[in-house]
Amino acid sequence: MNPVIKGCSHILVHVPNVMLEAGTTQILERENKNSDYLLKINDYIRSYEDCISYPPNQAYIGNIYPDKLNDIPRPWYQNPLPPKRFGSFGEIMPEDEFYALMQISDVFDLVFLEKDFVKEVRRKLEGHPLISEKDLSRLKEGVSLEEIERQIENKAVPLRFNGKIVGCVKKAHDKDITLSSHVMLENLATKASAVLAFKHLLKNTGMSPEEIDYIIECSEEACGDMNQRGGGNFAKAIGEIVGCSNATGADVRGFCAGPAHALLNAASLVKAGVFKNIVVVAGGATAKLGMNGRDHVKKGLPLLEDVLGGFAVLVSQDDGINPIIRLDSIGRHTIGAGASPQAVMHAVAVEPLEKLGLKVTDVDKYSVEMQNPEITEPAGAGDVPKANYKMIAALGVKRGDIEKSQIDEFILKHGMPGFAPTQGHIPSGVPVLGHIREKILKGEIKRAMIIGKGSLFLARMTNLFDGISMIIEANPGVKEEKGVEEKEIRKMIAKALRDLAEHLIGSEV
Amino acid sequence: MLEGKKVIIVGDRDGIPGPAIEECIKTTGAEVVFTATECFV
Repeated sequence: MNPVIKGCSHILVHVPNVMLEAGTTQILERENKNSDYLLKINDYIRSYEDCISYPPNQAYIGNIYPDKLNDIPRPWYQNPLPPKRFGSFGEIMPEDEFYALMQISDVFDLVFLEKDFVKEVRRKLEGHPLISEKDLSRLKEGVSLEEIERQIENKAVPLRFNGKIVGCVKKAHDKDITLSSHVMLENLATKASAVLAFKHLLKNTGMSPEEIDYIIECSEEACGDMNQRGGGNFAKAIGEIVGCSNATGADVRGFCAGPAHALLNAASLVKAGVFKNIVVVAGGATAKLGMNGRDHVKKGLPLLEDVLGGFAVLVSQDDGINPIIRLDSIGRHTIGAGASPQAVMHAVAVEPLEKLGLKVTDVDKYSVEMQNPEITEPAGAGDVPKANYKMIAALGVKRGDIEKSQIDEFILKHGMPGFAPTQGHIPSGVPVLGHIREKILKGEIKRAMIIGKGSLFLARMTNLFDGISMIIEANPGVKEEKGVEEKEIRKMIAKALRDLAEHLIGSEV
Repeated sequence: MLEGKKVIIVGDRDGIPGPAIEECIKTTGAEVVFTATECFV
């Protein structure tokens, strides 16, 4: 029985103030007292309306298919689409509502919000289709600005909105730096954005939270304390807020390859019959907000890395309808494979195809690292998805699957433009899942490959890279196993007894 | 050109990794004092 992708959600949260406060680039830049970047930064922040009308963001939440970006002139930020908050996969939540969702997701009273701000945001959340009465009951009355300022003096991280302080996140321990206010903001932002993705997934699939029996969480950050920094467990913490009372779960990490590993784990557990409905979920990474901001400001671009990303996928038992995850052709970058980009791509993209006797052209769409090139190119990192597609195409030429002259055509047909924010894990293979599922269900494509890659060397434990891939295919339909009916069983028993009786009679003679 | 020089290598995860550059630089007679691969995505 094959595991299937029963549904997906993809969400973004516009958090320009969290970007200024908690993005690693901005934090490091504060050490430079004469920072030109920090002097100019406020002039380059996007409004919420600009953020939601940004074409790549509309592609991420499902309002346009990513290939449509090829028809929109660049720079995309100067060619906005209609500003739609909600899409078929999720939404782009504004920062004020997200602060409230952080408090709703906080079970240790670490998020403080100002009274008048709470009144305003409660009214807004009451109109949100996925925020329940129970969620709203977790939103507190609010505290005075003086109280918030007192907390900030005691090292709480301020939460700002429209130029004002409207709240803060306080530290969870006096001495433990893994529970500092900065880390708690990171972790609560991860948790709350994952909660939002989870809620959209339940809406998109029509599942109740009680039907979920396992959760695999795969965000960038790991939570823990000073005795076990990555101890976890976001999975159950998120499931608790969403109401998954029958689920357990655990966290899977692997830098940007985390989601692909999590998906493989989920598919394997379903195939093995251990669990029936597994949610793979991730929230956003505050540290990566504004990561390439210095280059964007230097080149006159708005700060495009102003969103947290999140996603959730429901992996379930074969229903004969939804696309299947093939487990007989997992691409994997092994420890001995070598770290060159060619070796990695050969291991994750070509070897699984060779195993099935397929050509590179037999995969309709490859989902590689789908970073938005408008973010990476000004910073000198180039067009990452395009570089990945070029490598797959080049390996296809080497195998004789395509001609060298067909490389550009291959990229256009089997690839798609990058559209995901540089949130690390979010662009890595998974942002295309919602689109791919829909295309397969509509019969527009038959086969896709999800490729996750991760920079393991960043942890300074190894120089190794990582990569893992899997093929998603149209469901061939469940073959009906012809069951033996009760009437038939009675007949079979009667016949066996008759045969036995005749045998006994025969042996007496 | 690089013989006798000390070299710091910063590779890019989506371009050429640091250790690959290091292997090349070693053949020039330069001394590699630091190698890392960075990630900006």
